[in-house]
Amino acid sequence: MKHLLKKIAMLAVVGGIAASAQASPEADREAFQNFYKNRFTSVAKEEYVNGIYAIDPVGRENWEAIEEFPPYEPFIDEGQAMWEKPFANGKTYKDCFADGPAIAGIYPLWDKKNGMVVTLALALNKCREANGEKPLKYKKGPINDILSYIAYESRGQKTNVIIPKDDPRALAAYEKGKKFYYTRRGQLNFSCANCHLQNAGMNIRADTLSPALGHTTHFPVYRSKWGTVGTLHRRVTGCNKQVRAKPFKAQGEQYRNLEYFLTYMSNGLELNGPGARK
Amino acid sequence: MTISTKLLGMASAGVLLAGQLALVPVASAAGPSMIEEGMKLAFTRKKGNCLACHAIAGGQAAGNIAPPLGAMQSRFKSKAELKAQIADATVKNPETSMPPFGRHKILSDAEINKVVEFVWSL
Repeated sequence: MKHLLKKIAMLAVVGGIAASAQASPEADREAFQNFYKNRFTSVAKEEYVNGIYAIDPVGRENWEAIEEFPPYEPFIDEGQAMWEKPFANGKTYKDCFADGPAIAGIYPLWDKKNGMVVTLALALNKCREANGEKPLKYKKGPINDILSYIAYESRGQKTNVIIPKDDPRALAAYEKGKKFYYTRRGQLNFSCANCHLQNAGMNIRADTLSPALGHTTHFPVYRSKWGTVGTLHRRVTGCNKQVRAKPFKAQGEQYRNLEYFLTYMSNGLELNGPGARK
Repeated sequence: MTISTKLLGMASAGVLLAGQLALVPVASAAGPSMIEEGMKLAFTRKKGNCLACHAIAGGQAAGNIAPPLGAMQSRFKSKAELKAQIADATVKNPETSMPPFGRHKILSDAEINKVVEFVWSL
């Protein structure tokens, strides 16, 4: 009952925000990027694609050493093999993505026909299913191989999330993602923004909190803690668990909308995935 | 004194006592063991994890999100006020990053009382 009441209260808040006057996504993005510019005055905008290493010189040294023999390399090779290997019906990913493999720059995108945010991971599985193949799991495993390959091939493209003006549902999805980002959740009562906006650059125990700007540019990420490459939605699942909130489904509506908002905030930044993090 | 006033007196004493229990969180004479237990709770990651954000004398690898904990008796008027802050820091500051240890039952009331004793001693 209490849970239900909470949900209703949350819905009321979400509804209220959606109904009230709102800043445009472009004004949001400018404010978001300016926030970091003012906080880390010596950090160039292009540096934020390097996440925490944009602001943590000690961690950066270790990271640069790791990047000399990138731990994600075997995953890129595996992904290339996946990209090239025909499905059972003889077709390949290329038949779904004519511009592939360097296609990361157009995702996440608004799919007007289905009225939803489509991420690259989701599009890859749609392609598989359309060709009679089983979808891949969204957090761990081979999806990270093909995502690594596509990310690598897409390096240098600019983040350029588009919120089409001709479909108000796209803006609504963005607003939902934004709301998610700023909503406190979990027993520990943290929003994404509490740590990665409000307290970016501060230490939690011995770890420095990374800036949110640039968070989306380098996924999938080889994380030493995982010992493998993982998706953005796996990482977000971990964040939610850390604040003792029940995580949402990877590639479910909540995380897709969140990705839509968060990636939009990094519009203009170069894609540099896959990345390596501790 | 009639029986009824006696009862009334007892009842109000009970209310008073209950009120005091609610307002004054901890026994006034906290032994060193209470402070020690509080320190353990404050330093343990899965419990208070105060060190995540606050530097505390004797604690390792503290964060710097929040002010160091020291001279607490000059910063809080009473243990009750300190307890209220730990129980739900969003009351004083809605933008705080501090988890509401009491409101969200991150620590039990008894555990918070121990933490209060420890923090009050800093």
